[in-house]
Amino acid sequence: MTEKHLSSQFDNELAQLSSNLLAMGGLVEAQLRQALAALTHQSGEFAEAVLTDELRVNAMEIAIDDELTRIIARRQPAAVDLRLLLSIARVTGNLERAGDEAAKIARMVRSIVNAGAVSLPLADLRLGCDLAAGLIAKSLDAFARLDTIAAFSTLKGDADVDREFDGFVRKLITYMMEDPRTITQSLDLLFIAKAIERIGDHAKNIAECVIYVVKGADVRHRSLAETEAEIVGAMDSETGEP
Amino acid sequence: MDKPIQTSLPPKLTVRDLNFHYGNFHALKNISLDIAKKQVTAFIGPSGCGKSTLLRVFNRMYELYPGQQASGQVLLDGEDLLDRSLDVALVRARVGMVFQKPTPFPMSIYDNVAFGVKLYEKLNPADMDDRVEWALRKAALWEEVKNKLTASGMSLSGGQQQRLCIARGVAIKPEVLLLDEPCSALDPISTGKIEELIAELKNEITIAIVTHNMQQAARCSDFVAYMYLGELIEFGETKQIFFKPQRQETEDYITGRFG
Repeated sequence: MTEKHLSSQFDNELAQLSSNLLAMGGLVEAQLRQALAALTHQSGEFAEAVLTDELRVNAMEIAIDDELTRIIARRQPAAVDLRLLLSIARVTGNLERAGDEAAKIARMVRSIVNAGAVSLPLADLRLGCDLAAGLIAKSLDAFARLDTIAAFSTLKGDADVDREFDGFVRKLITYMMEDPRTITQSLDLLFIAKAIERIGDHAKNIAECVIYVVKGADVRHRSLAETEAEIVGAMDSETGEP
Repeated sequence: MDKPIQTSLPPKLTVRDLNFHYGNFHALKNISLDIAKKQVTAFIGPSGCGKSTLLRVFNRMYELYPGQQASGQVLLDGEDLLDRSLDVALVRARVGMVFQKPTPFPMSIYDNVAFGVKLYEKLNPADMDDRVEWALRKAALWEEVKNKLTASGMSLSGGQQQRLCIARGVAIKPEVLLLDEPCSALDPISTGKIEELIAELKNEITIAIVTHNMQQAARCSDFVAYMYLGELIEFGETKQIFFKPQRQETEDYITGRFG
């Protein structure tokens, strides 16, 4: 989208919307980092900060949706503009839910901290949380630059987060089998792990939107190989080469 | 990769390597595409891109002017419309046209509709009454004029006049109807009625419409051809053109980036 619209006002509106979206993304990234810090330091203070930011994220989602509705009603967008605006709606939804997951982690950490010391392997969770937060950042970066290659690597990254999750669950099961007294705490950690896994899914959804905007291809529920073919195939037709 | 020029449906009009000159000006350059039978094909593009010229070739309207010349092939059900030996009056009976500005004749509403029919058919008065009513109903005008058929066509509002012209075009039961910006002078309600009419007519008639209103092309066509400077840039299904056109030029035009 290097070419500008005939209506510079439309360009301004889109630029404003994109910058609001990235601001929202930045806030959700901050939430995820705070959730990670809360987990690392078993700190109720970081956990509270995540919960405070959640209200701001919610407000931003509503403001962006409002602006989207206004632009669609006034501009009747087509083609790439239509795909971009539909995608911004999806991205805000996914960001908001990633923020919810961060809040969920924060609440679990708070209750774990209140209950006393943790005897289970938090380090493994930190790795997954770090991965997922990185994916959100990467997917937003890909969206800002409409970079399908970066988007595709985010999709692959989500598979790593899923593998982390499966490994962690197996580990928790062995703890619970060895010592049933760890079950309560294990379940808390399981909820955290699940929240992290969901954050990875949201990053994946955002990355799929990038491919949708650029290539016009809906790659949801497709295999990585199919998605890759879509990206590469569309490239050929763009250069106009047979 | 060759540009697609055909549809998956049987063609009514087959245009191949069509070139058109206004004197020395080359207005249409090697146009090839199919107009699918009983579908609506919309032509979009900036002013001067040749879309109206193309429409005028479809019923040999250009022959009225000296120095205008078409070469190539325009087949109507396999018969070449550009063939000089073909009777132009018969071509126009099969391929009707409605223009941008309503052009009612200075006569009664009834006679406006009956005018074309009289040229081609000998109907008794009762059959003619039926035909006029049928055409006015097709054009969604009957209810508004049934009690004043003897009033002048010029006394109608702009939107009604345009529907009267469509009734006149439909009355001779053409196989193809060409609409050259039929709604550009109309309010949204009249426009809506004409779009309804297009949807209704396509059950029986093949329609080609030129429009500057992109939303109108998106709403009422099945296929879209984007033209620029006398060339066909892209042709495809409406959904594809408005969602993910293959060519950057098309995308720039329909998203308002052209300039």
